[in-house]
Amino acid sequence: MSAPFQSIEQTRTALGAAGYLAGGSTALVSFLASRLGKPVLVEGPAGVGKTELAKALARASGRELVRLQCYEGLDEAKALYEWNYRKQLLRIQAEAAPDGEAGRGWNEVRDDIFGEEFLLPRPLLSAISAEDPVVLLIDEIDKTDQEFEAMLLEVLSDFQVSIPELGVVASRSRPIVVLTSNDSRELTEALKRRCLYLWLDYPDVERELEIVRLHAPGLSQDMGRKLVEVVQMVRALDLKKPPSIAESIDWARALLLLGAEDLDGAMLEQTMSVIVKHRTDLDLVAERVGVKLTDRLIGRTAS
Amino acid sequence: MAPRLLEFADELRREGMAVGTSELLDAFAALREVSWTDREDFREALAATLAKSREDRRVLELVFERFFFRAAEREAVERGQREIGVDADADGEHGPAELDVDVLRERIRGALQGRDGSDGQLRDLARLAIAAFGRQGEGSGVIGVDVQRIRRTLGLRGQAPDHELPDPESVPRERLREFERHVRCELERALIERTGALPPSKPLRELDRALPSGATQDLAAVHRVVAQLRRRLATQGREHRGRSRSSVVDVRRTMRTSLQTGGVPLELRHRPRRPRRPELYVLCDVSTSVTSASVFFLSVLHALHDSFRKLRSFVFVERISEVTDVFERERSFDAVSRAISGDAGVADVSGYTDYGRVWLEFLDEVVDDLDSRSSVIVLGDARTNGRDAHAAVFGHIAARAGRTFWMNPEPRLYWNYGDSVMAAYEPHCDGVFECWTTRQLEGFVEAIADLRPPARST
Repeated sequence: MSAPFQSIEQTRTALGAAGYLAGGSTALVSFLASRLGKPVLVEGPAGVGKTELAKALARASGRELVRLQCYEGLDEAKALYEWNYRKQLLRIQAEAAPDGEAGRGWNEVRDDIFGEEFLLPRPLLSAISAEDPVVLLIDEIDKTDQEFEAMLLEVLSDFQVSIPELGVVASRSRPIVVLTSNDSRELTEALKRRCLYLWLDYPDVERELEIVRLHAPGLSQDMGRKLVEVVQMVRALDLKKPPSIAESIDWARALLLLGAEDLDGAMLEQTMSVIVKHRTDLDLVAERVGVKLTDRLIGRTAS
Repeated sequence: MAPRLLEFADELRREGMAVGTSELLDAFAALREVSWTDREDFREALAATLAKSREDRRVLELVFERFFFRAAEREAVERGQREIGVDADADGEHGPAELDVDVLRERIRGALQGRDGSDGQLRDLARLAIAAFGRQGEGSGVIGVDVQRIRRTLGLRGQAPDHELPDPESVPRERLREFERHVRCELERALIERTGALPPSKPLRELDRALPSGATQDLAAVHRVVAQLRRRLATQGREHRGRSRSSVVDVRRTMRTSLQTGGVPLELRHRPRRPRRPELYVLCDVSTSVTSASVFFLSVLHALHDSFRKLRSFVFVERISEVTDVFERERSFDAVSRAISGDAGVADVSGYTDYGRVWLEFLDEVVDDLDSRSSVIVLGDARTNGRDAHAAVFGHIAARAGRTFWMNPEPRLYWNYGDSVMAAYEPHCDGVFECWTTRQLEGFVEAIADLRPPARST
């Protein structure tokens, strides 16, 4: 059970090789997570690459990614384990069939219908019972209710699951656990206490430019910078939904596809819908940013 | 180092962060893994293990800065070390000897605008600025004053927030703030050196620890509190369920059951208690006397509308106007506030609040709908501008409604001074609260949950 990362620098390089440009604390926290075996709670606005971090960690460490997408009403039958009821029933029927001997058959059957054979592992259980260590992603934990968080505590602190009929299933390997949250609800103290905390924010111009150019290699330096500056300016406006990093990448790709030579007011007008997704926001952006683009107030630093 | 860290954790606790033993153990474990010599890594490792929210992180950064700065200074004072002087530390070619304020001004502005000035470079510039400034002999000895004077001498202005008028002279605000922080830090260092003693440590100011936030973030905070409010209000009905003695016997069902026992009613059947569906009536003052608070109030209202289905909201100045449909129609907060200030038609002639008239109109409009299930929440400063308060009418409203709460945006100290008639309304309310920050809003939520029905007023 060796930790996949040896140093902070190496973590950063490995993540970079996996297509994820880690910021200052991201590499450090990922490194700590793998060394200390503690879950990481990643919070931040939508679309800053929280989920992507978990995927990149899986790629960088060569582990399998087990993902649990949270939603309201998610319960332990869908997250932890479930008994395979139909199989159990078949077993009972097959064993208890001979007449007269029903009593003996039942006693035997009762003991083994609650064996591992009849257990359907769900993401959490399969993550901790996997032979090879995995990366476990618990996505959007803030979408579930508090009771579910409480259920997670055992898994996250001791890496074990108690099944009343079977006993405790301890982990065979220690997974790297990444929990993400959009901060739509305050998580419980108990959960936070068990995690390392990482706040991801929108990157600054340079970093975002690197990210965009990594994912849209055809984009010229000037154009990329202009694009990122526009996106950052749009984010500074008070929008319903500020554009995420993924959307700036999409926009870069869209511009490449269109073969745009330059990013001007007209181009923005046409392709704006890639980064802005609300009618009211569209008007606001066209009004505040479009004008500046036409007047060539953006992108001067690039030239 | 371990005792130092414990001290540090103590300081964090004093600032209101919950740092438990398990967090500390994590921090020590984390510090075993990273090198202690890199300041950034060291701080990040502490932040990842000790701070568990964005606010905490911010506090930790501030405390970290203060704590380790002081720790280093204390060490220096104890050992009697002195720095060799600013001159030697500043970079050679631009030594203070030939230092010209204009040149310095250009350099600092360049560094602040360029975004590429490193931390160390900014610090050097801050030292240069202090040195140049000190020569003019204007130092007041009060650090806060000096920082502002230095900034003025250098002619540094923050950019206007809306980017409308790009001024080549101005510098980005965050950068300017950073520079000021460096200046402050260096001034403190100089002061400590002069006096040879540490000034007493001060708790963080509320302003400092607040996140640099936009309106949307405040809105998010309000939404969080209101979500909590909804939970509290929704669960309130359940507390009564256990007291079956006070519930009503369902005669029909009792007779039905009695058929099983030969017509003898052995078991009493009660009518099930329906959990209370909160019906909220929110009245919000939007007059000029509460201008600063009314944005906050409107955001509270906005959040309430997201959470409660049975909610009717009213805004008032001189007259009252129902704005429920505005909130239902418009999703964005900006649009709502525009619509309300535009065409709610609440200000008649004078634009002064007339609480008495508002009560009369409110009573007129909703009196038939008010019942014991409804809660009335008033957001206002109770300043009547000398007009009749009509407290009796308000009392009538409060009597019809199940519960009445008043949130006042003024500190309790100012109540009943001048034309504030809070005292006239207070006895009719189930609770009155001062409320101008989200934290106080949380206090309100808590108080609602604790309030027993017989306990009138606070």
